[in-house]
Amino acid sequence: MKENIKEKQKKGMMRDIIFLGIAIVIAIILISLFPEKREVVTASSWEFFIEMIWILPAVMVLMGLFAIWVSKETVVKYLGETSGIRGIFFAILFGALPTGPLYVAFPVAAVLIKKEAKISNIIIFLSAWACIKIPQEMVEFQFLGLKFMAARLTLTIIFVVIMGLSIEKIIK
Amino acid sequence: MLQLFLLMSLHVVVLFFLFLKIEKKQSLLGGTKSFIRILPIVFIIIIFIGSHLGFVPQNQISKIAGEQAGFWGILLIALLGAIVHIPSLIAFPLAASLLKNGASVTVVAVFITTLTMIGTITLPLEIKELGKKVALLRNGISFIMAIVIALIIGVIL
Repeated sequence: MKENIKEKQKKGMMRDIIFLGIAIVIAIILISLFPEKREVVTASSWEFFIEMIWILPAVMVLMGLFAIWVSKETVVKYLGETSGIRGIFFAILFGALPTGPLYVAFPVAAVLIKKEAKISNIIIFLSAWACIKIPQEMVEFQFLGLKFMAARLTLTIIFVVIMGLSIEKIIK
Repeated sequence: MLQLFLLMSLHVVVLFFLFLKIEKKQSLLGGTKSFIRILPIVFIIIIFIGSHLGFVPQNQISKIAGEQAGFWGILLIALLGAIVHIPSLIAFPLAASLLKNGASVTVVAVFITTLTMIGTITLPLEIKELGKKVALLRNGISFIMAIVIALIIGVIL
C-alpha cells in the first residue's frame, strides 16, 4: 500500500517535471519571438522566484511543526464538524491575519483537512486568506474609500460563508 | 525589504525552536519532503507569472476595463481579473485610477474580487494540495460570487 502511494507520487512528480519543461520551452520561444520583452520577463520571474525562495521553505517548516505540535483534537474543536458558527468565525479570523500570498495557504489548508477540519471552514479560511486580509482592506479603504471597502467586505464575508457551506454540501 | 527582513527573522526563530526540540526533527524532514514535491509546479508558476507580467502590460488592462460596460463587459473584466496575477498592493491603486477614468463601481468591484479570490495561475498548486474537486469548485463558485457581489455593489453605491 505504501509502495503504491510512493509509486503514484513518483509518477506525479515526473508529470510535473515534463510540464515544467514544456513551460520553459514556451517561455524561451516567446522571448526569442519578442526579444524586447526579455528584460521584463526575466526580471519579474526573478523577483517572484526570490519571493518564493524566502517564503516557501519557512512555510514548509512551519507546516511540519504544525503537524506535530497542534493536535488533531484542537483542530477538530475549533474548525471541525461540531464547531458551528464559532468555526466559521475562527476560519475567517485565521484567514484575515496578515500573512503571505494565497499559494501559501494551500499547504496550510491541506494540513487542516488531514486533521479533520470541516470542508466548509477550509473553503472559508482560503477565501478569507484570499480577499479579507486586514492590510489589504486598509489599502482598499485608502484608495477606494470607506463605503466601497465596507460594502465589498460585508458582501464578501456573507457570500464566502454561503459558498463554503454549499461546496461542503456538493462534495458530500 | 522589511518583508524580507521579517521572513529572515522568522527563519531564525523557527530554526532556534528546532534546535531546542531536536527530537521533533522529523517535522523538518516532513516539511522538506512536501517542499520538494511541489517544487516543479512552483517553478511553472514563476515562469507563467514572469511571462504574463511581460506580455500583459498594466495600461492595457486599464484600457480594457475603462472601455467595457454592460453585462458582457463585466464578464470580460471578471475573466481578466481571474487570469492575471497582480499583487493587491498594486491592484488597488490601479482600481482607483480606473474609477477616476470613468469605469463603473461594478467593474472595479468585480475586477478586485476575481483578482484576489481566483488564482488561475496558482490553480495547479491548489489542485495538488487540496484535490481537483475542492479547487475547481472554489474557483468556479468564487467567479460567480464575484459577479453577484459586484452587481449588488453597483446597485447600492
